[in-house]
Amino acid sequence: MRSSPILEVRDLSKRFGGVHALEKVSLDLYGGEVLALAGDNGAGKSTLIKTISGVHKPDEGIISYDGKPVTFENPQQARDHGIETIYQDLALADNLDVGANVFLGREVMKRILGLPAVDRKRMRAEAADTLKVLDIRINRLDLPLRSLSGGQRQAVAIGRAIHWKAKVLIMDEPTAALGVPEQRKVKALVRSLKQSGVGVIFISHNLVDIFEVCDRIIVLRRGIIAGERSISNTNPDEIVRLMVGG
Amino acid sequence: MDTLPVTEVDTDRISWLTWLAAARAWLFLGILFVAFEVWAQLVYRTTFLFNPFNVQSIAVFAVAPLLLALGQTLVIISGGIDLSVGFTMGFAAVVFAHCVNGTLDALGVFGSLLVGIIVALVASIVPGLINGLLIARLKVPPFIGTLGMYGVARGIAFLLAGGTTVPVRNSILAGLGNGSLFGFPIIVLVTIIIVAVMHFVLLQSRYGQHVYAIGGSRQASLRAGINVERNTIVLYVLSAVCAAIGGILYTARFSAGAAQAGEPLLLDSIAAVVIGGASLFGGSGTIIGTVIGALIIAVIQYGLVFVNVEPFWQFVAVGVVIVISVLVDQSQKRLGGGKVDEE
Repeated sequence: MRSSPILEVRDLSKRFGGVHALEKVSLDLYGGEVLALAGDNGAGKSTLIKTISGVHKPDEGIISYDGKPVTFENPQQARDHGIETIYQDLALADNLDVGANVFLGREVMKRILGLPAVDRKRMRAEAADTLKVLDIRINRLDLPLRSLSGGQRQAVAIGRAIHWKAKVLIMDEPTAALGVPEQRKVKALVRSLKQSGVGVIFISHNLVDIFEVCDRIIVLRRGIIAGERSISNTNPDEIVRLMVGG
Repeated sequence: MDTLPVTEVDTDRISWLTWLAAARAWLFLGILFVAFEVWAQLVYRTTFLFNPFNVQSIAVFAVAPLLLALGQTLVIISGGIDLSVGFTMGFAAVVFAHCVNGTLDALGVFGSLLVGIIVALVASIVPGLINGLLIARLKVPPFIGTLGMYGVARGIAFLLAGGTTVPVRNSILAGLGNGSLFGFPIIVLVTIIIVAVMHFVLLQSRYGQHVYAIGGSRQASLRAGINVERNTIVLYVLSAVCAAIGGILYTARFSAGAAQAGEPLLLDSIAAVVIGGASLFGGSGTIIGTVIGALIIAVIQYGLVFVNVEPFWQFVAVGVVIVISVLVDQSQKRLGGGKVDEE
């Protein structure tokens, strides 16, 4: 049997005013597993991942990471623990190169005449190493990201998370803005992350994608867990029924 | 396993376009020099470029707008704008003049100068800090916040000056403002030092890297844990301090502080930044570009006077250069496969 989960969420509740965005939601995530989070708009997917990644503070419930209860005051603390989130808009600086983006906010410094200076060469080289591990090829690392394709930009965002040794990677609609060939590549990346032992939470509207890459699926409906299934024991029809509450 | 395709864009085409866009300011400057040289040779049988006096005058001409443009460069790269620099310069010039005069008897020629410089620089932090707090903390759009400060600094500068210029009687100051060291005007040397410092800060420091990141994507910067608020406040303080240095050098050059010292220079400073390759949408720009931009404006202004054209043509010429420069930038982004604003 598998070891203990890397991320445990117990009875998490979150209210905004009188609205129950999440009501006693629990989930486990294991290393090397891809967990899908599905649900209609407003089901609470986004509140759930924002609570896990430190954007929101839960009103009730416990989040445990690596067996220990944790509270995150801000996303930076979650990231320092190894919980990285890739938002739909990727949060990349399009005017900077790959190295600068991977190291954004955590730049590698060197000294020029005794003064601290950003070490672009080293950041580029280390970013290239990370991308190589993920089998991503980008031939010009010195170009600003705006000259890269959507899939490559997604790859850079993934590369950044991996570079910082993320053990939990939350991906919000990673295939939404991509063409079909690039969607395929991103899904391949998710599989290779899984092989390297990262726990992935995969949020998607696209059931085809979910069935292709995920191991388990949790369906949220109006802030509660409508069902949890192993991908091998379910089918898209059942998931849709859970989502809409049929 | 699938691999992502290598970049599909035609890198050859990009590289010469990027090169052209990057070099456009240099090209403009070169073309201007050649044009004025030819004009001077044909019409007046004299040289424009190979006259050291001309070169020196252009450099002195460029000092004040360039100092305003240096801080402005960082502000614009971050996606903001600082409309208050002109009157912050005037405010600092007046404060400086009063301080030097007021402390002359007590501290002597040299001491009063030193105190004046310190007080003027510290005083300029106030408008910069207020700009920064308004924009970063209270989320006032930079255009509005600094427009407010434009009015406030203008009013206070004129009030402090009593509505006139404030003459300074200080023998060292006049020497600094008009003297030379190794054949270079001292105010030009001071400006070169400040250019070097700002260039290093922008290009090499972590702070400068974050300025680019904030201009590229504020959201990405926030999520990456960059202290966007503090970074932004520092930007406007830096801009105000650069303007104050401009005010001090102005006072040195003319032996008088004037509230309106920087009034005509605000648009020149923004023009220098844009001609130098920065985008008003933020995310790009360099100090070297801005220096070239400021020189282009100075060459146009000085050159037109030199070849005896009505001075009003300089406005036309600077305007045309700004528009051409932005057009080159746009076409480079379009052809380079990058993101261009939706039509």
